[in-house]
Amino acid sequence: MSRWLPPLVLGLAVLAAWEAAVDLARIPPYIVPAPSRVLEALVADWPILGPSLVFTLKTTVLALLAAVIGGGGLALLFAQSKTLERALLPYAIILQVTPIVAVAPLIIVWVDNRLVALLICAWIVAFFPILANTTVGLGSADRNLADLFRLYGASRWQVLWRLRVPSALPYFFAGLRVSGGLSLVGAVVAEFVAASGGEETGLAYRIFEAGYRLDVPRMFAALVLVSLSGIAIYALLSLVAWLSLRRWHESARSAEE
Amino acid sequence: MEPLLVALDRVTKRFASGTLALDGVDLALQPGEFLSLLGPSGCGKSTILRIIAGLARPSAGSIVRPDGLEIGFVFQEPTLMPWARVIDNVRLPLDLKRASGAEAQAQAALELVGLGGFARAFPRELSGGMKMRVSIARALVTRPSLLLMDEPFAALDEITRLRLDDELLALWRSQGTTIVFVTHSVFESVYLSSRIAVVAKRPGRIAETIAVEGPVPRGGFRLSPEYNAQCAAVSAALDRASA
Repeated sequence: MSRWLPPLVLGLAVLAAWEAAVDLARIPPYIVPAPSRVLEALVADWPILGPSLVFTLKTTVLALLAAVIGGGGLALLFAQSKTLERALLPYAIILQVTPIVAVAPLIIVWVDNRLVALLICAWIVAFFPILANTTVGLGSADRNLADLFRLYGASRWQVLWRLRVPSALPYFFAGLRVSGGLSLVGAVVAEFVAASGGEETGLAYRIFEAGYRLDVPRMFAALVLVSLSGIAIYALLSLVAWLSLRRWHESARSAEE
Repeated sequence: MEPLLVALDRVTKRFASGTLALDGVDLALQPGEFLSLLGPSGCGKSTILRIIAGLARPSAGSIVRPDGLEIGFVFQEPTLMPWARVIDNVRLPLDLKRASGAEAQAQAALELVGLGGFARAFPRELSGGMKMRVSIARALVTRPSLLLMDEPFAALDEITRLRLDDELLALWRSQGTTIVFVTHSVFESVYLSSRIAVVAKRPGRIAETIAVEGPVPRGGFRLSPEYNAQCAAVSAALDRASA
């Protein structure tokens, strides 16, 4: 209870002050809408915003899945061959440090399918934390345990699946939490760059569109949905990590004791 | 003369950094003995153990070890897999060899160290002494002819340590395993061993070997004048080796 109360009280106080300030200073809603106006817009525009939320979430989740498979898979490959790691890692870093806003237009020109183009953009942003963390984790197995495996003649495969992969799990989950947020960022940025309507459009395009029409309450409403999505993804991934690690890893311990 | 279990002949070990860790170590293990390697920290005791285990190679000299010699190893830390239950930790050596009947043998090894009821627990739920017992059970699960122990009780409190000393002696007598035990405690080495090899420092070498005379089992040995006299003699040998 004491964990949730302070941020909740602070949030409500800020919202109340905001509402009062907008009301007292008579700020027009096309500059800053009051929280109540944003809520009204959220309800009234739900037929438009709801499907957009679903689309953005779909892109985000698919990109995160691709990041898990791509980042985790690459890390496993790196663990098998130092040469391969040396050859590929610089390019993975280049992908990571090049701003996605700069690359996205190219991808959108090259890839016809809009969803696939958005996915590629979100993946580029999201895969690196999983790759970097899992690579460190796979190399961090206890040295004495590694000796023990050697003493009993363990095969490469046994060392990988029975020792290195379990040792890497806490690192993987730390990367996963970062990548979850980045998948959403990637999806939203790519939608902004694509900035085209179609049968399916995401929240970012709704923000763009509402801004063009000076429908600021709807901009805020869409923004609220993006933020809530990010929080939900983070909370969900934290829960998955906690469920997987609570029996043995220190990082998942505090909640129990 | 009895056949030797493992023999080191003028074994020298130089690390990649250039440090000479061992210089001309001669050591012959008799089957069934309890040999302690006694010496100050950093004298190369652990390196000797790793060479006997085959985890490190001598830079010069030779080691004779029968093919298929079953070896158990206990580290200074319990070195358990934190993500695996106690029973899965103990059966690991059998699982790695894809041996059958691993579950029953692991359970039997746990009973042997008095932890039969903790098979389903995770390592972090156990005390330091219990973790070390699990580690010993894991080393015993393959029924090794040779058990190598690298300061296994050094990190434990004295009460636990004295109890584990007695348990280890009981296991040694009942299992008939040869044990090589690394320690820096004169008292522990005299209490446990049938023979002590005093290891000198920089570079590491065997300075002296001393046979320990004492009752088997050790009941009351710790309080006897013979125990004190031998501790004094071993201490003197250690001083000579460190001089």
